[in-house]
Amino acid sequence: MQEKVKDAPGSEFQWIGTRPVRPDGVDKVTGRAKFGADLAMPGQLVGKVLRSPHPHARIKSIDASAALALPGVKAVVTRDDFMDQPSEFIPAGEMMINYRDVVRNVMAREKVLYDGHPVAAVAATSASIARRALKLIKVDYEVLPHVIDVVEAMQPGAPLLHDDMITAGVEPAPKTPSNVAKRIEFGMGDVAAGFKQADVVIERVFTTKPVHQGYIEPHACIASVSEDGQAELWVSTQGHWIVRTHCARLLGWDVAKIRVTAAEIGGGFGGKTVVYLEPVALALARKSGRPVKMVMTREEVFRASGPTSGAHVRVKIGARKDGRIVAAEAELKYQAGAFQGSPVQPGAMCAFAPYDLENVKVVGYDVVSNRPKVAAYRAPGGPIAEFAVESVIDEVAAKTGMSGIDFRLRNAARQGTKAAYGPKFGPIGMVETLEAAKAHAHWRTPLAKNQGRGVASGFWFNIGGETSVSLSLNEDGTLSLTAGTPDIGGLRASLCMMAAEELRVPLDKIRVQIGDTGQLGYNFLTGGSRSTFSSGMATVEAARDVIKQACKRAAQLWELPEDAVEYKDGAVRPAGPNAGKHAPMSLKDVAGIAGKTGGPIVGYARLNAHGAAPSFATHIADVEVDPETGRAWVVRYTAIQDAGRAIHPSYVEGQYQGGAAQGIGWALNEEYVYGDDGRLQNPGFLDYRVPVASDLPMIDTVIVEVPNPRHPYGVRGVGETPICPPMAAVANAVADATGIRFTELPLSPPRVLKALGEARGNGQAKI
Amino acid sequence: MAKHHVTATVNGDAVEFLCETDETLLDVLRNQLGLTGTKEGCATGDCGACSVTVDGCLVCSCLMLGVEANGKSIATIEGMAHGEELHPLQRKFLEHAALQCGVCTPGFLVAAKALLEKKPDPSETEVRYWLAGNLCRCTGYDKIVRAVLDAAAEMRGA
Repeated sequence: MQEKVKDAPGSEFQWIGTRPVRPDGVDKVTGRAKFGADLAMPGQLVGKVLRSPHPHARIKSIDASAALALPGVKAVVTRDDFMDQPSEFIPAGEMMINYRDVVRNVMAREKVLYDGHPVAAVAATSASIARRALKLIKVDYEVLPHVIDVVEAMQPGAPLLHDDMITAGVEPAPKTPSNVAKRIEFGMGDVAAGFKQADVVIERVFTTKPVHQGYIEPHACIASVSEDGQAELWVSTQGHWIVRTHCARLLGWDVAKIRVTAAEIGGGFGGKTVVYLEPVALALARKSGRPVKMVMTREEVFRASGPTSGAHVRVKIGARKDGRIVAAEAELKYQAGAFQGSPVQPGAMCAFAPYDLENVKVVGYDVVSNRPKVAAYRAPGGPIAEFAVESVIDEVAAKTGMSGIDFRLRNAARQGTKAAYGPKFGPIGMVETLEAAKAHAHWRTPLAKNQGRGVASGFWFNIGGETSVSLSLNEDGTLSLTAGTPDIGGLRASLCMMAAEELRVPLDKIRVQIGDTGQLGYNFLTGGSRSTFSSGMATVEAARDVIKQACKRAAQLWELPEDAVEYKDGAVRPAGPNAGKHAPMSLKDVAGIAGKTGGPIVGYARLNAHGAAPSFATHIADVEVDPETGRAWVVRYTAIQDAGRAIHPSYVEGQYQGGAAQGIGWALNEEYVYGDDGRLQNPGFLDYRVPVASDLPMIDTVIVEVPNPRHPYGVRGVGETPICPPMAAVANAVADATGIRFTELPLSPPRVLKALGEARGNGQAKI
Repeated sequence: MAKHHVTATVNGDAVEFLCETDETLLDVLRNQLGLTGTKEGCATGDCGACSVTVDGCLVCSCLMLGVEANGKSIATIEGMAHGEELHPLQRKFLEHAALQCGVCTPGFLVAAKALLEKKPDPSETEVRYWLAGNLCRCTGYDKIVRAVLDAAAEMRGA
């Protein structure tokens, strides 16, 4: 289907904005596509990980001799097989990375710090032998007191995870260690003076639970290492270059020795931006001399990968009667898991970003506790802070007598607004999303009994980063496009469309693939909503490079100056006074003369993509609450967001819908549940309940387009913003339906029922 | 312990294999028969990524043992298209962009096909409840449900 549904007559574009079938589609509906666990190598072994049953314990000794003696066991690795690393913070996209902690998360050293922390791994000839071998590894633990909750972890006297953790960002530096890794603060204006002008002030404290990305494909990889140390790694990851970097660092190998191929990836949402199994599989493969395949079970995915932070957030907002916000402050306490590095910084950046404010203060704390180290999850940190802020905005708006949309319009960030975290916004679409929400039929449709409507806005800043792409003109005039950011949700389609748009060729004349780490220069990962933006920018540059080379070759053949040749409508032709002197040459014709005019024609782009522009969204949710059971469910939902320009609208809509669904799950169902013993009690999809098809309605979408002037086609990243508004949109709808302001997620039936009972007792319940 | 000798039909072809007592049908399909289109998402019957039909009945292949397949006829995603011609569900999934990462897609297609064989004219609600055992974390289900309804309409000749 190559249907043009979006073009107004006379659209300047041939492909941009249309909805062709994605180039990798057929393989994915026929079972051909090879995901992380789908590759097998001759002679491969099965790798399995022994994990800590304790949330906190010192490892006194590890004895693997009995496991090694079991027939079929070919290698065992422990902490001794990984080099220790110095403490050093290195920027990694939206987050920071410290290899001292990465090596300890991959394989525990002095202590285990959470239920599920890897302690050893074996490679054996079968899965059942590997599992038996794990039981034969003797680990002598000295069990230590543990702490799970973020507020408890901050208390003096809480069990300490790291004896040397001195809170950074506090002057003077504390003299004693704590679980608080870092304090951050930023803002502008004078908050105290601002609150004095306020007619309405609302202050609330919110808590959110850790939630998992919930990708359907568990982590998986297969590693093979030759006798000379040359390594192959096939892996499901959001960034195979970063996997290569991390593995080389942790194993002490040369980067060039490791070639990493990105498998088709079965969802990531940020959770596959870090390494877990990969260095272990390489170490086992090196030690055993055989390929080693490792696949996590779903239980391992929940216990030991992801999730995002749970948090404790205080928000205070003051406004005048006329609806103008005069002061806003927030205090964010984010769980980092066992090692520092929660997304509190991006959370703080996002908190008030949708609004034009004079007086803002945001303080954040990064707090460790005995839980798995958090990983990025779609707009890491943003949804938590924005849930709290957008809930308070809803209350302040009501007190001023304005609708949620009008109040947000009154305060919305616009071009030229200075965000509290630093930048001055360029052209942005916050106002446009609010106006689209106001104009949408959803906003005016009457509600039924026991239903409420909520609105919330959202923001994510988006990133660019290092990117390279190559585009080869083949001998028959077709093209091979190689990009380096794994395609999780339609990237190959959009890159193909941008290349075809530049070259004015049919889409099926371009074959697009994701190259391995040996085929291109460094590529940062697919994350930060950067892949369509950055790889798209590089694709356009590579296509223009092909055009330039094609013109040069034709000029050479025609004995014309280079600038006397132009590329138009898919062909090279003489321009200006020479127009018409030679018949136009198609790319096929140019390919035919490539050999004799200088050799292969290859466009190449290597860049650090700057100019990523933020994307704003406004969502409307209708929620019904069952007064008998406390169950709340979404009956209608509309997601409106600025895409800059939608290259393939279906996949832009898909991002809006998928982000909304994840946010609805976060709002209503999902949470990590720990027992008093510090063990995760719901490490499976039965008890950790992500939304299923029967939980959700259709999710309506509106694509707003305020082009990003720094991208050749106006693209903004769209993947992350959609998960920012849903929790507040849902909670605001529940507040509208019940009269109760919920400050604790998820809004699961027991919590809603209890609150309804209390509210009925004091006459405040609406149902 | 000796392995079990099993004969079965998979996507119309006679197959035989040896399997351990504790090997699941999913393990056999993926590891012995090379049919990796059927995915493992949880191994506990909660996600539906391993959906196949056994004698026409929709099952999670992770919850069935390989030995139980003896004498049965199994259909997997690899058998859904006829030569170059995609099944209408496969085509509609592509046209509606009903997949993003695509790892849940084989399970959804197998489950949706089983639904339409039982009920050619399902309502949206029926589609949603039938597919409630298949998890998708990317799409929010909207485009999947639309694709199934559209395929059903086409297959009915509507």
